[in-house]
Amino acid sequence: MSPLVFYPLAFVCIASAMGVVLSKNPVRSALCLVSALFCLAIFYVFLQAHLVAALQIIVYAGAVMVLFLFVITLLNLESDRGLGERPALSGIGFCAGAFVAASLVAALSSAVAPGSRGVVLPQTFGTTKVLARQLFGDYLVAFELTSVLLLVAVVGAVVLAKRDGSYEGDEQDAAPARQSEEAPH
Amino acid sequence: MIGTAHFLALSAVLFSIGAVGAVVRRNVIIIFMSIELMLNAANLAFVAGSNSLGSMNGQSIVFFVMTVAAAEAAVGLAVILALFRNRQTVAADEIALLKW
Repeated sequence: MSPLVFYPLAFVCIASAMGVVLSKNPVRSALCLVSALFCLAIFYVFLQAHLVAALQIIVYAGAVMVLFLFVITLLNLESDRGLGERPALSGIGFCAGAFVAASLVAALSSAVAPGSRGVVLPQTFGTTKVLARQLFGDYLVAFELTSVLLLVAVVGAVVLAKRDGSYEGDEQDAAPARQSEEAPH
Repeated sequence: MIGTAHFLALSAVLFSIGAVGAVVRRNVIIIFMSIELMLNAANLAFVAGSNSLGSMNGQSIVFFVMTVAAAEAAVGLAVILALFRNRQTVAADEIALLKW
């Protein structure tokens, strides 16, 4: 991958990630996250992970982010106060984050010898066929367990988001009235 | 020439940005997006390692991480909806019911 492609793309990716953290409007945060995920998908293409790149755009930038945007618009949030009213604590958080970034970069850079290109990849590396053979071969049990996990997640999401839940909130006096007026559902 | 170390460094930076976002923001939805960002940084490291080692295992694990992240997003957003319905807020510091 040429530096002329990598560095601008990495800049856009990091700027979008900063936008997720720093913007006051949750919708803008979500759109920044879509942009960051899209940049990552482009990196995946250059790293010969074509199926993963396609899944990244379809599952993440498509389905998951649409879910986020639905919830944000459903809650009808006004812009909140961004980083909050305690800038000192945010400053500590940013310093700790910079420290984590520095130590991670140092550790990961020393893990790879500079200039080493690793092995020569076969022509079929990263194709759907190879990945599917591995998923349905070596990782078959994990794959089936994942399907069970998705089923549990679907059932859990429906139970949690159901409107007439029987859990008790703080406004216990308001709950019976709300339940009775929405009984037809 | 861009090597594996560059991708790993980018992944570290993205992970740190996500960690900072999960710590400093009050909005539960933004915290959630920061967690997604951290998962994606880990995915980038997996794909870069897979490319450098010539092994498909990294890409298979990315597949599983994506599935778990999608399930987590569905359940987590349902929790946020239930929370907002009960407390009328998504600010993390106002949700202190379990705080001693």
